[in-house]
Amino acid sequence: MIRLEKRLQPSKKWTSITPFLAVLATMFVGGIMFWALGQDPIEAIRIIFWDPLFNPQFASYARPQILVKAGPLVLIALGLSLGFRANIWNIGAEGQYIIGAICGAGVGLAFYPSEGWFIFPLMVIAGALGGFLWAMIPAILKIKFNTNEILVSLMLVYVAEKILISVSLGLMRNPEGGGFPGSRNLQYYKAASNPELISGTGMHWGVLVAIALTCLTYIMLTKHTLGFQIKISGQSNKAARFSGTNPSIITAICLGVSGALAGLAGLFEVSGPSGQISIDFNVGYGFTAIIVAFLGRLNPFGILLAGLLMALTYIGGELAQFMLGLPAAAIQAFQGMLLFFLLAGDILTNYQPKFTYKKRL
Amino acid sequence: MDFFTLNPVALLASLMIAATPIMLAAIGELVVEKSGVLNLGVEGMMIVGAVCGFITAVETGSAWFGLLGAALGGILISSIFAFLTQVLLANQVASGLALTLFGLGVSAMIGNGYTGIKPPGFNTVNIPLLSDLPFIGPAILSHDPIVYIGILLVILVWYFLNKTKNGLVLRAVGENHDAAHALGYKVIWIRFSAILFGGMCAGLGGAYLSLVRVPQWTEGMTAGAGWIALAIVVFASWKPYRLILGAYLFGGVSIIQLNLQALGVEIGIAYLSMAPYLVTIIVLVMISSNHLRSSANAPGSLGRIFHASQ
Repeated sequence: MIRLEKRLQPSKKWTSITPFLAVLATMFVGGIMFWALGQDPIEAIRIIFWDPLFNPQFASYARPQILVKAGPLVLIALGLSLGFRANIWNIGAEGQYIIGAICGAGVGLAFYPSEGWFIFPLMVIAGALGGFLWAMIPAILKIKFNTNEILVSLMLVYVAEKILISVSLGLMRNPEGGGFPGSRNLQYYKAASNPELISGTGMHWGVLVAIALTCLTYIMLTKHTLGFQIKISGQSNKAARFSGTNPSIITAICLGVSGALAGLAGLFEVSGPSGQISIDFNVGYGFTAIIVAFLGRLNPFGILLAGLLMALTYIGGELAQFMLGLPAAAIQAFQGMLLFFLLAGDILTNYQPKFTYKKRL
Repeated sequence: MDFFTLNPVALLASLMIAATPIMLAAIGELVVEKSGVLNLGVEGMMIVGAVCGFITAVETGSAWFGLLGAALGGILISSIFAFLTQVLLANQVASGLALTLFGLGVSAMIGNGYTGIKPPGFNTVNIPLLSDLPFIGPAILSHDPIVYIGILLVILVWYFLNKTKNGLVLRAVGENHDAAHALGYKVIWIRFSAILFGGMCAGLGGAYLSLVRVPQWTEGMTAGAGWIALAIVVFASWKPYRLILGAYLFGGVSIIQLNLQALGVEIGIAYLSMAPYLVTIIVLVMISSNHLRSSANAPGSLGRIFHASQ
């Protein structure tokens, strides 16, 4: 008989081992999935995980893309991880990402075509503010009316998508775009663009901010009272109150910060790699970031690594689509599967299997 | 398009059709939550049901087989959630989100190549005399059978939860799993089967979308219907009969906004199509601001992990 005994503290060892086990298990089961789709499983896994980095033909294109994709994922996941620690579930990051992009791009487009060093910083502020305000809707509703933040933040994703459609067809449509939906391309508007800083690396301002914020979040979580208050709110509401933590403030901070970071991610994306507000601007980073946050074990540096890995699967997925004709959604299923294995592995973190022998009576 | 003219008969008829998928998914989730489990994966289970139902219906040529396929698909995918949360004691919120992400991906994957096909449909029920009644006949009494099966299912669930012993046991498990365990009830297995039932209902709801309401298969076609179903369970304060009301309310909102869009109302299509989501938020606020009423009926162990420490 195997009996599970609850650990007093989640095991540190298993916390760091399970993500690797989950990745291996996902490769294995994902391989079976690809095999079922009529592909050579080993080749498919190699194309997804190896070729973007080391294939001489693709690596020069694919390597910079990893940072481009990891940047927004890490930014959003960092914010989400704060809330997840405190049992506050912002799953509407996709919406905050969209609104951040719209607000930031809006500021940039308002200044078009004037030049000035201050335009891009203003856009950054507007982007963060947009995401922040969008996330404050579920926050305020939760604090004031005890409304479930999961459902509200998720509903607001759909609302944000409708706003995105509306502005790319109307308010923000490029007047010189020949009637096509979508705004002016900010990449061609120097004062408002977020260019590749070192050519061939994919490094842009968003990536730098993501790395800086990873360190800041780590310091905040380990050295600052706020980090302690966030962690304790997630473990026990009562203990949090006794320690003088105000749950409303924690709710507002967790949702607000994650919204602002998602908004920032949106702004850096719209002014950089994507370049314009368009109907299909959002590609699901807000949802994939949930997986990144868990895969990184809600630890800032873990999230950094997880973001890179997830970005790799995105690029590898595109490559597999191109080379093997795998459906685009296969990689999404693959990422979802990774989260399953990760959550399944948590049993080893939180419980200790004990082997017992039933005594014969 | 004469379908869209504001004709009360057509309005009421399309309202019932719009409400059915949400109602089916919500009644399943209600049972799941009554057993003390919060499954946020309704959206994922619905879309898997939608694609399984669609493919089965197209391949067999029968919409009824499609429903069967959808139910099986829903059960299958919900069993992943059940295994994770009940056997491996994983966090329910995270597992539900994973289920939704996985479901959206896997459905798009298996549905690849089924876009743009028209599925076989259901025959409408034709009750002699009643279906020929003026107004009521065309509006309420001549739909496909699933509309009525949905309502019947809600009534059955109400009966099961409130009038049978097994229903009482299920509620007890949801209210206080430690006490139920102490009384000798198999908490894990009761919850496991409740989750599978929820998966089946969500699958059926999804299939109704792809076979009747739309009827087509497109990636991500549920467009938040599963989340609205979750909201409706809260709206209904976990009471089956109020769930019918909630589903019809949301059906009404989505039908009215569609009709206004077709009439070319000045507000703009983008803003009109936000309505179902905004109404969901407003309703949630109204329900949850009344703290006493909203929490009075919420299952006591909702979302908590049960681990029998010997």
